[in-house]
Amino acid sequence: MSAILNIRDITVRFGGVVAVDHVNFDVADGQLLGLIGPNGAGKTTVMRAITGIVSPEKGEIRLNDAPLHNLPTHQRVRAGLGLSQQLVRPFRSMSLAENVRFTAGYAKTRGPLGALVALDRSAEARRALELLDRVGIADQADARPDEVPLGVLKRLEVARALALDPKVLLLDEPLAGLNSEEAATLADTIRALNGEGFTVVLIEHNLGEVMRICDRLVVLDNGRLIGEGAPRDVMAEPTVRAAYLGTEVSDAAA
Amino acid sequence: MTAMEGLLNVYQISLLTTLAVAVIMALSLNLITGFCGQISLGHAAFQGIGAYMAAILTKQAGFDFASATLIAVLFSAGIGFLVGLTSLRVREDFLAITTMGVAFLFVGFVNQQPRLGAEEGIANIPDPGLGATGYMVMALVLALLVALFSVYVRRTWLGAAFGSIADDEDTARIVGIDVARFKLAAFVMGTGLAGLAGSIYAHQVKIIQATDFGFIPSITVLSIVVFGGIGSIMGVIFAAVLLTMLPLWFQFIGDYKLLFYGGLLFLMMRFAPQGLAGLIRSGLDAMRRYKRDDARLGDAA
Repeated sequence: MSAILNIRDITVRFGGVVAVDHVNFDVADGQLLGLIGPNGAGKTTVMRAITGIVSPEKGEIRLNDAPLHNLPTHQRVRAGLGLSQQLVRPFRSMSLAENVRFTAGYAKTRGPLGALVALDRSAEARRALELLDRVGIADQADARPDEVPLGVLKRLEVARALALDPKVLLLDEPLAGLNSEEAATLADTIRALNGEGFTVVLIEHNLGEVMRICDRLVVLDNGRLIGEGAPRDVMAEPTVRAAYLGTEVSDAAA
Repeated sequence: MTAMEGLLNVYQISLLTTLAVAVIMALSLNLITGFCGQISLGHAAFQGIGAYMAAILTKQAGFDFASATLIAVLFSAGIGFLVGLTSLRVREDFLAITTMGVAFLFVGFVNQQPRLGAEEGIANIPDPGLGATGYMVMALVLALLVALFSVYVRRTWLGAAFGSIADDEDTARIVGIDVARFKLAAFVMGTGLAGLAGSIYAHQVKIIQATDFGFIPSITVLSIVVFGGIGSIMGVIFAAVLLTMLPLWFQFIGDYKLLFYGGLLFLMMRFAPQGLAGLIRSGLDAMRRYKRDDARLGDAA
């Protein structure tokens, strides 16, 4: 498999704190890559560096060999990144279906002039219902974000990311806040999406589901990459066990 | 037109023209503040830019009213573009500060320019030659066209993109919206239409001064948009008519304009940020919920 997304030497500093320290990894086309690590390891910061929400001090990000790191967020999204955020951020004035419909119209919202002459929303409305169905919340299509539980909004984030027809789907803790049954269902959906050819980068705390569905893991700790490879092999490495599981044990003890 | 002259007296014709200008002003700011969520505290300055531009063209350069108005619209939009370009790329509230600066800068600049009549302003602006009634009809038709344009914009993908930015700028970015460019588009459209209102105003009253377009008129138009219900076209038109009439009915409101409109702005933002339209909407929602619950209870019984 060839690499579709390259993360090269990314370093992010917040004031004096190095949040991400020279991180390198590749995401292969069609892969389901799990990006894991204890709290504060820098996973979300890496994700934000990929989408351009934070600016790395140095490093390169390439999608299909095209450099992304100098582009603003909206252009990276249009280049093929679909992001589902850890803290859900729906458009609160829109219904769930409208959230996805608006996003699915990305070709019509490229610039103001084109958008001024575009009226038809029927194709995007159909696509929105398909995608809501795909993540299992089609029955709530007309609900407002304020009327539905977190689990539904988590799925909405995924549906909205899919509406962009992304080359790479970046999912930041999509399972957080869900009960184990909901988490397993959404994890199955993510696995199935990957089976349909979507490349997925999954940040997740739910180790059980990560081990179950991911092809490959990248492990961060204190902003450094400390392990990568097949899930079972990586989790067997002593450094990973010490950093990742060690923290988890102390978390559990606390 | 003769039939109409029988129906309306001179005062009423002038009042309807004034209301048409107020409606165009309010709808133009509604594109920026209502549709796109960007606060402008100097919107009247762009009306002033259009008014002065058009007045100079018809009085000193011999342009006819229509061409002068067209150029005034483009000129206001052009200045709007420059102001927007410098302030919309930065974070949210910067536009409010910049436009407030523009409001004061406009008055300060014009009052120092002998060629613009300085503090005396420009008087004896030529009559467009449509007659008072014809001019009123033209103003009302233009106000209607601006209203229809607003309705159209809201139905397009442009309106949807504006709405997404008003809703959540960061999320708009995440779904691929070029936020700065869309904000700039809203600002240019709004300032251009303010220039239209300016030209109509200048050729109605025939004498303009910089202070006609200062900070107080800017706060007035913002309070109209907020009072009517940010984004609601009907609400904003209603508020423009009502809040333009009020000072004419009650002298004391005219005497304490800044207090009245500033106070109104504060009260609406504090207690009814969705404006009149929002109050009506939530009233209807509550009624619908009440009926639905009623029906559900009925089913259960």
